Parts: sequence; structure tokens; C-alpha cells
Amino acid sequence: MSKLSQKHLLGIKDITLEDIELIFETADNFKEVINRPIKKVPSLRDVTIANVFFENSTRTRLSFELAQKRLSADVINFSASNSSVKKGETLLDTVNNILAMKVDMIVMRHASPGAPHYLSKHIKANIINAGDGTHEHPTQALLDTFSIREKLGEIAGKKVAIIGDILHSRVALSNIFALQKLGAKIMVCGPPTLLPKFIGHLGVEVEFDVRKALQWCDVANVLRIQLERQQIKYFPSLREYSLYYGITKKLLDSLKKQIVIMHPGPINRGVELSSDAADSQHSIILDQVENGVAVRMAVLYLLAGTK
Amino acid sequence: MRAESLYLDRAMQKKLIFDSAHLDITISRLCQQLIENHNDFSDTVIIGMQPRGIFLAEIIHQKLKKDTKREIPLGYLDATFHRDDFRRREIPAKANETRVSFTIEAKKVVLVDDVLFTGRSIRAAMDAMIAFGRPATVELLVLIDRKRNRELPIAADYVGKEVNTLASQRVLVELEAQGYKQNKIWLINKD
Repeated sequence: MSKLSQKHLLGIKDITLEDIELIFETADNFKEVINRPIKKVPSLRDVTIANVFFENSTRTRLSFELAQKRLSADVINFSASNSSVKKGETLLDTVNNILAMKVDMIVMRHASPGAPHYLSKHIKANIINAGDGTHEHPTQALLDTFSIREKLGEIAGKKVAIIGDILHSRVALSNIFALQKLGAKIMVCGPPTLLPKFIGHLGVEVEFDVRKALQWCDVANVLRIQLERQQIKYFPSLREYSLYYGITKKLLDSLKKQIVIMHPGPINRGVELSSDAADSQHSIILDQVENGVAVRMAVLYLLAGTK
Repeated sequence: MRAESLYLDRAMQKKLIFDSAHLDITISRLCQQLIENHNDFSDTVIIGMQPRGIFLAEIIHQKLKKDTKREIPLGYLDATFHRDDFRRREIPAKANETRVSFTIEAKKVVLVDDVLFTGRSIRAAMDAMIAFGRPATVELLVLIDRKRNRELPIAADYVGKEVNTLASQRVLVELEAQGYKQNKIWLINKD
């Protein structure tokens, strides 16, 4: 069956391994399309998509918008900062007003975990979660795992370390769900204050020493320190964090093996990742960005594809 | 060429259109027709349509290479993203690999597919092809031309065999290259 099991993409937790594999196969074809001289196909010609962003985003939003335009969809953009949300309109009212203009799909980012799930119970349009608070960011996990598959050939059996601010990261949670479904071994690493208390219950290994984590893994997915979500101090200073958890070229060279470095962006250069490590041959950070467009095209195509 | 009438009676569910020997002769003829029209093939490229036209394209490519001692560029084209039935199906159409490693700008393109039916996939293919340049000419080669089922004004330039079929029937192409024991083409009743 070449059809997704879900009508929406709310989180990786809700989709199956077959769904992920179908998305990857479709993304392979779209990757070929976006490397053509003419990068556009007419598949979503009569589909209108609203990108509804209640939270800031550059990369994800650009990537979605580009994916939609490459598929010939009509796109409208909405950001909360200059909208009636400021005047007190509720989420459901805002979205219903957008849908009244005959919109077929909603791509939403919201600061509250579960906001897209709530919405999916009340509206008929397809919803793609582009990040809900500290909960899930499914398309990021799909493009991360797609990039690992592209670089290493397969994911099953590979060791992936997720390093940094796990507590505030939706990328970490979605990645854990995706990697588990694909059969990878997972380790999380960071200062104890930035690891959720019960993270071990998800079936991942926990490590506090970044050197040991790097020595163990085939792939290190380095996360950003999300200062904007930290109302209290979780560690004494950024300098101290980078001394203990920052990944440098020197540290990578001292390992006895080649590992792959990933980062969902935006990088705090010199904090979680030094410039020489981010720009080294270990890094596939820019491949992740390219794959992001192909993977999002696949998700949009598969969700919009049925009657 | 007279179209063969292939209406099956109720008892008959399956009829052989081509056996292996006959198919070889027909493919040889198609190659000779190509050689007649394309001289030295200096500006010609062959594009096989995914998913089933690529096997025939490969056979023709090999045969032409043997007969003319020339390496003619061969590509695979998938027109899934250019189809006109998107959002009109229960399941989104599954895509296949496109591999066109050359530009078709100012080339003579020979588009190859196994069966020509409604003409809609050929329309989509011509649309998809434009992404690789503006060809000088486009010709269509098909093994089976299902007459009187066309929904668009499209015709093939090189035809293996014309057959009269009903929309409720299906043409089944079994090629050794696809993993079948013998090259055979069948007409079957769908129900």
C-alpha cells in the first residue's frame, strides 16, 4: 500500500515504520526532482496550504514554503506576531477563519505541546505539525533519519547519540521515536539538569560524559541550547557548558573513529559545536537542510494525494 | 497494418497476443524502423517510461547498439508527479526513479513504453520531459497500441501491434527482463 496510515502528520509517535519507509522512498524521488535544472512539478497544482506559525521559525518555514512551491501548491503565510491572535482570537477561531477561505492543508507551529492534536479533532483539513512546544517536530526527525540513511546506507543497528538540551527539545523526542522505529540504538547525553527525569523509560541509554558518548556512537546529533525556553538557569554559564559539552574538531580528531555530526540548526557556534567541527568533513548539516525540502515535499505529496 | 480483433468470449479469460518468437521479430522490426529514420543516431536519445517501459527501452537500446555499433544515451523517466489524476485516486500514485543523466535540448527523443492506452501517461511524460530541456522532436514507440481507447489526441510513431480492446480488459506484458520465464503478452478480462 503506498498510502500513509494517517490523515495528519502530528508526531512520529502516531505513524508506522511503513509510513516512514514510504516517506523515504518518495523523498528519494523528490530529491532527484530538486536537483534538476527545472525543479518544479505540478503535483499539488490545485491545493492551497496555509503555513500558520505561532512561534518564530526561519529554516522550517522556508523549507516548507519551498517544498510547497516546488510542488506548485498555492501558499499563504500567517505569523502570530502581526495577527488577530494579539487581539485575543482563539486558536480554533483563527484556523477556522483561514479554512473558510478554502484552504486544504495547515502546516502549524505552536508553542503549546498538543496544539495540532487539539486542532485535528475539530477541523477537516490535513494538518502537519511543524513543531509544538517541547513535544514533537516530526518533519525534522524524518529529515534527520533520511540524512543518516543517505550517509550510512541504513539505520537499523546504527548507534546515534543525541547530545545537548534534551529537556527542551522537540527534535530529540521525535528523533527518538523515529530512530526506535527504524531499529537504531540511541543514547542521550547532556548535563543532568537538561535531561528529562524519566528519559530512560523510553528505552534509551543515558550518558553524562560527552567524550564517552562520542566514542560509542556512529552519529552524533547535536542539539541547540534553547536559551529562550529556559526561565531558570540550568547550568552556571555558557562558557562552562561549552567546556564540558561543546564538541570541537580537536575532540573529534582524538576519537579513534569517524563519526557523523548533525545539527538541526540554528547553531550556537562556539557553544554546543565549535566552528571547525561544524564545518569539518564529519558534518552533514547542510545535507540535512537540502534533504529537508525533499522530505517535506514527500509528506505534503502523500498527505494531499488522496480524494 | 490491420488491427487484430481480440474480443474474448465469456469462457476465455486470457488470450496470447505475442509469444516469444513473434515478439523478437517485432522488436527487430521496430529497431530497423528506428535505424531507417535516425541514420547514425548522433542526435538521438532513448527514454524509457517508468515503471514498465524501461525494460523494452533497454532491449531496444541493446539491439541498436549491436546493430549500429553506437552508444545511444538511454534514460528512465517517471511521470508520476505530472499526472492529471492527483487527488482523484484513493491512493497517491507511487513514484519511481527518474534517471536522465543527459540534456535533451535539441535532441531527437524516442519515448518508449510497453502499452499505449488512454494517452494520459504520455501527456504527463511529455510534460515531465520539458524539465530536461527542449527536444528537437519527440517520437513515441510502443509495443501494443490499444486502439479506440484514447482519451487524448496522441498517436504512436512506431507500433509493435495494434489491438482492439475493451476498456474493461487489460494487456499484461511479461518480459524475461522483468523476471518472467518467457516473453509473452496477454490480453485478459479484468473481472
